[in-house]
Amino acid sequence: MRIFFHFGRYFILMKRAFGKPEKFSIFINRCFEEMNLLGVGSLGIVAIISVFMGAVITIQSAFNFESPLIPLYAVGVAVRDSMILEFSPAIVSLILAGKVGSSIASEIGTMRVSEQIDALEIMGINSAGYLVLPKIVASVLFFPILVIFSMFLGILGGYVFGLMAGVVSNYEYIYGITYEFRPYNVIYALIKSGVFAFIIASVPAYHGYYTSGGALEVGRSSTKGVVYSSVLILAFDLILTQLLLV
Amino acid sequence: MIQINNISKSFSGRNVIDDISFTFETGKTNMIIGESGSGKTTLLKCMVGLNDIDSGQILYDGRSFTELNFNEKKDVRKEIGMLFQGGALFDSKTVEENVVFPISMFTDMSESERRDRANFCLQRVNLHNANNLYPSEISGGMKKRVAIARAIAVQPKYLFCDEPNSGLDPKTSIVIDNLIKEITDEYHITTVVITHDMNSVIEIGDHIMFIYKGNKHWEGSKQEILKTDDPEVCDFVYATKFMRDLKSKF
Repeated sequence: MRIFFHFGRYFILMKRAFGKPEKFSIFINRCFEEMNLLGVGSLGIVAIISVFMGAVITIQSAFNFESPLIPLYAVGVAVRDSMILEFSPAIVSLILAGKVGSSIASEIGTMRVSEQIDALEIMGINSAGYLVLPKIVASVLFFPILVIFSMFLGILGGYVFGLMAGVVSNYEYIYGITYEFRPYNVIYALIKSGVFAFIIASVPAYHGYYTSGGALEVGRSSTKGVVYSSVLILAFDLILTQLLLV
Repeated sequence: MIQINNISKSFSGRNVIDDISFTFETGKTNMIIGESGSGKTTLLKCMVGLNDIDSGQILYDGRSFTELNFNEKKDVRKEIGMLFQGGALFDSKTVEENVVFPISMFTDMSESERRDRANFCLQRVNLHNANNLYPSEISGGMKKRVAIARAIAVQPKYLFCDEPNSGLDPKTSIVIDNLIKEITDEYHITTVVITHDMNSVIEIGDHIMFIYKGNKHWEGSKQEILKTDDPEVCDFVYATKFMRDLKSKF
């Protein structure tokens, strides 16, 4: 029954968060601040992970495609489709759930236990709208850009490391990544990343917002935020794949 | 003026506030005193709407706060300034940005006007050359002064102070007390101070309510509290040996 309590409270928080902002100019500024913090601040980790994911997929694919019946350009196809369909939207989102999710939950949780959220409420400010909505908007707008960035770097990483390891030729890899390319796959990935971004921003924000106690509870909220958002990302990955691809 | 009528509040079936009525007068420093755990902070949180009450009525100059809708409550809250126990300053903002924040939210002042107003408030609380420091870089007493500056930035009609002296040395406590008193007189606002510091009560208290186990046990002036024979109030007021010795001499 506890799940229904959290479900209801989460939707009440979202209803409050999506209320009309007190001042639109401040709201826009807050969105840009959050884009910088949550989005631009994650470029480094996304770049590193994507390059290495692309490289590993290339080498593993080449290792597994030993049969002479499978052309070597299939390595390029495998890297492209793996990155676009799953690794960039889902794995990067899981990484961001850890990095960004814990940051959101601990920031809002600390503000709760140090009475900063109460101070906002006393001033007559919708604290959920002021704190949570800019994070959601920034994430939903910026995370798809991170995913595109990840796709590009993953495929590039696969190319560079594939050539360096000598497992695939320049021509075969380029031919592979352009072979029967479906632009819809990118749209599918962007839809997924938008949904995951909403989860990454809203679920940890919920756990942070309802923190009570002290530093220990802030840590617990942060952990819960990351765990629940990761589980939800995996669940919605399955649901969206079923809905959009099958 | 703030009136509370028959307010009750319980948590998990345990009565924390039990049928309290009181009138907090305008232009006076109204003190709520009592032992730790007596329900002072809960009462204050009920008054400002951070906790919902189980029964009773809260009137802000005749407006029944409990019967207002969300947006109407927000309008009343814009008239409230609050000094929290720990200051509750925004960690990510500098001292000046903390004071500018409510001005930016609720006025259409230009950037330079906002900064002027913030500087005026900071100077009013005798805080100089700290504009660009972050809350983590200033002392407890300075945090309280910034919090007062933030509270008065948009000229509130009601000022709530939750244990303004906690964690401060006696000298700084008096500075903060006097500041609260001066601001109350200067802006003619309704000030409610929660404290268990008898020095504050004697220094600035105009109208005092003593809470005991969630009930209003006693009310009166600072002169009256020193003369009362009520055993619970005497236990609280004359808790220290120094105060008992002082009482025996008079």
